[in-house]
Amino acid sequence: MDNRTRKLVGQIAINGALALICLAWLIPTFGLLVSSFRDRTDIQVSGWWTIFPHQDWVKTGEVDIPADADRQGVMTIGGAQGTFEEFRAGVTSPDGQRLTWMGNRRLGRVEIQERQWKTNANFTLDNYVNVLTGKEYIITQPDGSTRTVKGDDMGNAFLNSLIVAVPSTVIPILIAAFAAYGFAWMNFPGRRILFTIVVALLVVPLQIALVPILRDYVALDLNGTFLAVWLAHTGFGLPLATYLLFNYISQLPRDILESAFIDGASHFTIFTQLIIPLSVPALASFAIFQFLWVWNDYLVALIFVGAKPDVQVITQRLAEIVGSRGADWHLLTAGAFISMLLPLAVFFSLQRFFVRGLLSGSVKG
Amino acid sequence: MSASRSAPPSLASWLASGLGRLVLALAVPGLTFLGLWQGFLFLRDSDAPKLLIALVAIIWGVGGAGLLYLVSNWLVEQLPAEWVRRLQPFLFIGPAMAILIWFLALPTLRTLWISLFNANSSVFVGLQNYLDVLTQQSMLDVFRNNLLWMVLGTSFTVVFGLLVAVLADRSRFETLAKSIIFMPMAISFVGAGVIWNFVYEVKDKADPQIGLLNAIWVALGNEPQAWTALITPPFNSLFLIVIVIWLQTGYAMVLFSAAIKGVPGEILEAAQVDGANDIQVFFQIMIPQITGTIITVTTTVIIFTLKIFDVVWVMTGGQFGTSVIATEFYRQYFTNRNFGYGSAIAIILLIAVIPVMIYNLRQFKEREAF
Repeated sequence: MDNRTRKLVGQIAINGALALICLAWLIPTFGLLVSSFRDRTDIQVSGWWTIFPHQDWVKTGEVDIPADADRQGVMTIGGAQGTFEEFRAGVTSPDGQRLTWMGNRRLGRVEIQERQWKTNANFTLDNYVNVLTGKEYIITQPDGSTRTVKGDDMGNAFLNSLIVAVPSTVIPILIAAFAAYGFAWMNFPGRRILFTIVVALLVVPLQIALVPILRDYVALDLNGTFLAVWLAHTGFGLPLATYLLFNYISQLPRDILESAFIDGASHFTIFTQLIIPLSVPALASFAIFQFLWVWNDYLVALIFVGAKPDVQVITQRLAEIVGSRGADWHLLTAGAFISMLLPLAVFFSLQRFFVRGLLSGSVKG
Repeated sequence: MSASRSAPPSLASWLASGLGRLVLALAVPGLTFLGLWQGFLFLRDSDAPKLLIALVAIIWGVGGAGLLYLVSNWLVEQLPAEWVRRLQPFLFIGPAMAILIWFLALPTLRTLWISLFNANSSVFVGLQNYLDVLTQQSMLDVFRNNLLWMVLGTSFTVVFGLLVAVLADRSRFETLAKSIIFMPMAISFVGAGVIWNFVYEVKDKADPQIGLLNAIWVALGNEPQAWTALITPPFNSLFLIVIVIWLQTGYAMVLFSAAIKGVPGEILEAAQVDGANDIQVFFQIMIPQITGTIITVTTTVIIFTLKIFDVVWVMTGGQFGTSVIATEFYRQYFTNRNFGYGSAIAIILLIAVIPVMIYNLRQFKEREAF
């Protein structure tokens, strides 16, 4: 082999292996996406891969079952011989046709089938409509009039997720940026000790904090409010946010700040007018990370939002469908995709910042 | 300046006087808090259309936080310069420290305290809960599962991540391939649970299988299996671990990819000139160069698998012998209402995480990322 063929073979091997891994990574999501557009009965009786052209038995006619056929023993139907169990699995008659018993032993019929190319591609948007709007319930009131109430739906949960995620992203970043600036550029007693506390708290798994905070919330009557969830996410996101933003803000060139001081600017002005604009890359990468984390969170919502249906976020709603109607794949597939829509959009449009965040250590401790 | 001095006493000059300042200094924060409180009541009790509530909530939450800083800074800056210098740092770091102490520092101590008491926190039992947690067979199974998660989840994530990073680095389709592997990181654990539940779906033997895994399994001539439920523990956990490998490989890949690109080209070329083949270059040059990153990724994924909750909770609810520390904590605390025992589990989780985390942080400091 000369050098060029060897290089070519190498390229093919590399790309082939890569393609294989990528395919394995994509197929689970792809199957779900395809299924979310399929008819609800189609999902239950055939795999999603049958939307691709494949060979399958297709009914071409029917034969009558002779009235005197012994349904417990061997029967002769349409020229073929076999027991009920054999017909159930399909029997090939002498003239090459396949005969299959459909239905039960007593009331079944026998179909003539032929192998043909077919696709199961009936696509519909019904699943999404169903999941987004929910069913309508008609309630009869005591005075006899009726009222139509919309069932709680995923559209509602989507909005709740948005209400939870946006402030839960902005607030910790704001607080962390102030603190990071304070630690980096201000002199005060106890600076080192306080910063050590921040770093030490990076190790605390949030599970440990759930119960005491829950007790506080119950005492303050805060449980099930948006404020409660914002504060919780702020608390759990703060150590990492402060640590990362400190690393960035403390590296900013000293002379920029000094010249601003000489011009008579206060700390507050320097922070809002100078530091924040300079830190946009760091702020953005942490923001994306925190947003995805909050949007996808389930545990914090489960504990601090609980069972309140009008405050429930989208992951809770989805997990509830899994729990109560785990076999309703037409709802689950569409619901799962609705819950992924926003994070995937954010992720693909801002991937660059996300990668930068990861490289700087944006992983929840 | 001179024009205003000669003008008759106006509102502005009254405000500038001491009394006006004091009134203003009290009125501004008072009004701010009143406004925020009204917003809170509206959000808690209102029946307004959802979209309006969403808008108000976001503006109230984000704006409120900013406003609090603005107002308290304005208050501090009314003071003499010496006091401004002393107080302003605490205005900057105060809110962060207060929230950290309320939400993380105190809860840790409180959980530690609760863990020393019995189920309903009425009788002091010392370390009895810890003894129970560390000796009961059901908990030992839980620890075994976590160990399995840690060893298999971490090693496969690291190996796949490294493999994809190396392959992608030499392919023309690098960006595309990396995006595909990376994508699951944007998907919630609940969503991932649904995706994989669908892959593992099992139907009756006589019916066509709609789950991909069982369809392949049956096509190979086997009986359909309930992968996450009825297989003997701990083997059913393997099917849950696959999900986390699928989710986390993207993270490992990104870090490895950056590390590989940071290996100086001259070293690699020099090795090739000396006659080393690709595999030798990889194991003897590349791996030693990226050891720091390998440690970072490994420790991060170990911490992640130690704390794993959502995937198990959504897939099996911790039943069928798939329970892990975090799900067991939840079950003991919220289902069984055994506060002491649940808290002891949480503390053990903390103790397990601490050494790994310290190692991880030290590694980060050395790399001076960001």
